Amino acid sequence: MKAGVVVFPGSNCDRDALSAWEFLGLGESVPLWHQDRQLKDVDVVIVPGGFSYGDALRAGAIARYAPMMETVAGFAAEGGLVLGICNGFQILCEAGLLPGALARNEGLRFLCKHVALRVETTATPFTAHCTPRQSLSIPIAHGEGRFVCDDATYERLVAEDRIVFRYEGANPNGSRDAIAGIVGGPRRNILGMMPHPERAVSMALGSTGGVCLFEGLRQAKESEKHAHSGT
Amino acid sequence: MPRVTIHVMLKPGLLDTQGRTIEDALHGIGFSGTSGVRVGKRIELDFEGSAEEAQAQTALMCDKLLANPVMESYRIEVDQP
Repeated sequence: MKAGVVVFPGSNCDRDALSAWEFLGLGESVPLWHQDRQLKDVDVVIVPGGFSYGDALRAGAIARYAPMMETVAGFAAEGGLVLGICNGFQILCEAGLLPGALARNEGLRFLCKHVALRVETTATPFTAHCTPRQSLSIPIAHGEGRFVCDDATYERLVAEDRIVFRYEGANPNGSRDAIAGIVGGPRRNILGMMPHPERAVSMALGSTGGVCLFEGLRQAKESEKHAHSGT
Repeated sequence: MPRVTIHVMLKPGLLDTQGRTIEDALHGIGFSGTSGVRVGKRIELDFEGSAEEAQAQTALMCDKLLANPVMESYRIEVDQP
């Protein structure tokens, strides 16, 4: 199973994502330069965290127009698995691949700490390996993570079971309904989340809450293979 | 060449965290009669073309890049020197 991690000027979690992928033994992982258009036959695209273009104008506003993002949008439209983490989530929202936007944290502070997330739906390729309402310890690291959207969008997200993660306990950034991650795309194949699962894959990093997401992707890929080979 | 000024503000219903912090600070230094503080962005640019084109093209720029319609509104001013 091969992952591609998009690299923008100012990305700073691209190597974490590449390393986590290989550390978990999921297979090869390759960087995808933002100016390129070739996906290199990857099975999963990760849009990583960081500060693309120094967050000029708004987080993710400029990165969304990178040539590689056009390719990623096409991949996603065909059902390809896309995981946007932190700045990656902001970029996917700016690109219109996911609804809503990420505004400045309610308390104005940059937050960098472990939080507890509740898995709100397992009906996604990313969380199929988690148990319903499982609690995951995963770190956040963001200044603009307050999920906002209009009422119609919010009601659609709820009705379509697209809220994947909520913060447990205190809502750290003032996100609407404590939303930490949402899913979209034709096959619920696009996940955007503010917390960093790639930083939660080993107790040496403080927690292993991110492992089940990557396991979910491995299983999604395997069942796809079986479906194609007719077994 | 028209000079264009774009004002981008968070939509009225959205909590403006910077505005609230500034308001608290204003109260703290004695300006107790202030309320409704909102912080926005001002973007200026020169546009090659007529004032009408500047208005229309800048609206497109705002819709595509300069403002996020989910959380921001914008206002355009065109000055023809």
